[in-house]
Amino acid sequence: MQPIQLLVNGSTISVDADADTPLLDILRNHLGLKGTKFGCGLEQCGCCMVLVDGKPEKSCGKPLSAVAGRNIVTIEGMGTADRPHPLQQAFLDEQAGQCGYCLPGILISAKALLDRNPSPTRAQIAEALDDNICRCGSHIRILRAVERAARLIREGAAR
Amino acid sequence: MSAPPNLSPLLAANPRLDQWVQFQAPGRVTVSTGRVEIGQGVLTAMLQIAAEELDVIPERILLQTGDTDLTPNEGYTAGSQSIQFGGVALRMACAEVRGLFLDHAAAAFGYSRGDLAVRDGAIIHRGVATGHDYWSLTLAVDLRRSATGSSLGKSVSDYRVIGQNTPRIDLAAKVFGGPVFIHDMALDGMMHARVVRQPRRGATIANVDEAALRRAAKGPIEILHHGNFLAMLAEDETVVEAVAAVAPGHVVWGGVDAINPFHEEARWLLQQPSIDRSIGAPAPAGAMPGVGRHEATYTRMHIAHASVAPSCGLALYRDGRLTVWTHSQGVYPLRDALARTLNLDPAAISVKHAQGPGCYGHNGADDAAADAAVIAFRNPDRPVKVRWRREEEFGFEPVSPAMVVSVHAALDGVGRPADWTTEIWSGRHTSRPGGGGNLLAAEALPNAPPAPPAVESGYPPGAGTRNGEPLYDFAAKRIVHHLIAETPVRTSSLRGLGATLNVYAIESFMDELAEQAGMDTVAYRLSLLSDARARAVIEHAAHLSGWKAGVPSGTGRGRGFGFARYKNLAAYAAVVAEVEVDEAVRLLRVWCAADAGLVINPDGAINQLEGGIIQAASWALKEGVRLDTEGISSRDWESYPVLRFSEMPEVTVELIDHMADRPCLGVGEAAGGPTVAAIGNAVAHALGARIRDLPLTRERVMAVLLKV
Repeated sequence: MQPIQLLVNGSTISVDADADTPLLDILRNHLGLKGTKFGCGLEQCGCCMVLVDGKPEKSCGKPLSAVAGRNIVTIEGMGTADRPHPLQQAFLDEQAGQCGYCLPGILISAKALLDRNPSPTRAQIAEALDDNICRCGSHIRILRAVERAARLIREGAAR
Repeated sequence: MSAPPNLSPLLAANPRLDQWVQFQAPGRVTVSTGRVEIGQGVLTAMLQIAAEELDVIPERILLQTGDTDLTPNEGYTAGSQSIQFGGVALRMACAEVRGLFLDHAAAAFGYSRGDLAVRDGAIIHRGVATGHDYWSLTLAVDLRRSATGSSLGKSVSDYRVIGQNTPRIDLAAKVFGGPVFIHDMALDGMMHARVVRQPRRGATIANVDEAALRRAAKGPIEILHHGNFLAMLAEDETVVEAVAAVAPGHVVWGGVDAINPFHEEARWLLQQPSIDRSIGAPAPAGAMPGVGRHEATYTRMHIAHASVAPSCGLALYRDGRLTVWTHSQGVYPLRDALARTLNLDPAAISVKHAQGPGCYGHNGADDAAADAAVIAFRNPDRPVKVRWRREEEFGFEPVSPAMVVSVHAALDGVGRPADWTTEIWSGRHTSRPGGGGNLLAAEALPNAPPAPPAVESGYPPGAGTRNGEPLYDFAAKRIVHHLIAETPVRTSSLRGLGATLNVYAIESFMDELAEQAGMDTVAYRLSLLSDARARAVIEHAAHLSGWKAGVPSGTGRGRGFGFARYKNLAAYAAVVAEVEVDEAVRLLRVWCAADAGLVINPDGAINQLEGGIIQAASWALKEGVRLDTEGISSRDWESYPVLRFSEMPEVTVELIDHMADRPCLGVGEAAGGPTVAAIGNAVAHALGARIRDLPLTRERVMAVLLKV
């Protein structure tokens, strides 16, 4: 078994695991990155969303072999309490969440959107988040938070 | 000895003050609550209550929660009762603790008691520091004593922390991807396990092809086969998960009766044997009063909790002690159920809450914990983690029962009910493990306990009967309840229990009566309602939405109204929904006014109401558990769709008088019934015809359109 190289949150990592292992298991169980969540294992709920070369992808159904050498960003790579991503700041400002289990996946989908479209309409935000399930009904706050983050980013860029 | 009369019931049950408050580390306060965080922000509210009544800044408080070794026994975190009951107990305990320190300071140092107060833990005399504080006096004030209820707490006008929108204490870690959930826990040497579920209660294993299971595994696995309990274990979660996916194909079961897929629709309940009772006014003898009659029947399918992630449990059995980590809503009841299952002394079991995905009631959390406990008990010294599969959660969690509700009314000369009956058919809404040992793992073991008997809670609050009695001023009203003991699938509590369909039926029926009487539906309700707080929320919701009487129906766009006081005891909520209907229903806007009495954290309460509205909208428009001959067939998000981001309405929620000096009223479930009713009434208004069966799917809309 040849180790497989990945770029995770900016660091090159060599993983010694079966090539079929889902990326989600690699992140959570091999690399200890617990921020990306298991939701369904069926690529239906978006809890396990990560960025692969900038695109939002469900990591539960993505085998390790398919992401060899690719650039992966997880929720841990988005920001920290000391240096929050504007999306994370906006989610806290809007208190956008209840149980919070879906939030890492939603934040990743939202980041992918704002990275390519800094001024999305509400409909575009909703469309970008449609692969993510929230069961608590925090949707309204989440939509507001993404709008707020877009404003924060635009204002930051304008300064 | 009976408890002092002023004492809150939960404080009377857990009277020792040091069970609630301790001052161990300098500058820190340990506050315990039996309530647990299930995504509602309850711990933030508890923190506010403690900070307020102890007069310390919230940052000093360390909260202990849901741990049979550490926290008071408050039963379940459920039923919108955490603040209404648990919060009141904590408030009273904290207030009494503060009072005891002030009493001591007055007596020991010669101050006048009335001149003393606490400022961030320090005792002050007429505003000046005394040099004493909670921590310097902690050895002198013994909290190992029973609460007396001597202090009821501050008055509302003195509140500085209660009533503030304190940010959620748990949210930041979630937004930054912290390992905050039970799913994220890892213990040294931990084994990952998966269970092959009995297809049905009483099913027996005829054969397990263990060789095939081992061949299917990409690494070493262990197989635990005990009675009809079958589990696979591996150090590598990927290995055991892959085996679990194919394992059902390698197990032959006996004693599995096919179920009737047509039982997914609720009307089959009408033909089942039932346990019957009546609540409220006796049925009129002889002729019904009134001059008119109206009658209508409403139904709902089984509904899944559909937590965003499947359930998870961890357990470790070491040196004769079993420790279990769970996202159950009740650590103490689960401990008792595990003790019975494993024939252990409850004192030898510790059950500790860890956060999970929102559950909204009795989902698979207790069962997953029992799975882990059973496996760990037979594998001493090895921590075991069981994470259910998505299909398992959908297929085997206890779902909310299907229901049928018929309303019969005799009407007076102006079309108002003179005699009202809400007749309810429903499977059981409560079968939590604490009551009857309802745990899947226990059922699979040798000497499985008998099936727990079907029971209905006393009314009010009731379970299937919940909100069955309208709050309106009718001369005679009653509930006739038919509890169906045998249902095709296991059922238990989901947010709102019977209130959801009961309120849907009552409020739809009120709409129908208003139309027959030629009155606006809001004015009709107000003409029959003397409860001032109920009137206020109805008027406020109408005002918020710019409600107009006399808008024609059948235009494809409609507005509907729904109202209830949850359990007829908790928060009041009135909801207006606006929809557009062509082939399917599109929910455009929702307005809600609620009166929850004194609100500890207004933004938290609004968040709960918003969430309740959106979840109820999903129930109303999309949700129903599908059955086939083998059981629940809707086992993923495609066969059990829920409302998604692109389907969101705009939502406006306002609280009424939330700083008034009134008792806190539970709010978490208040909006569900009114929302479902408002949507149903809006759809009826848009279509000019009523759909009485939920969910309001495209198929049902099309069927109406073809008839019109």
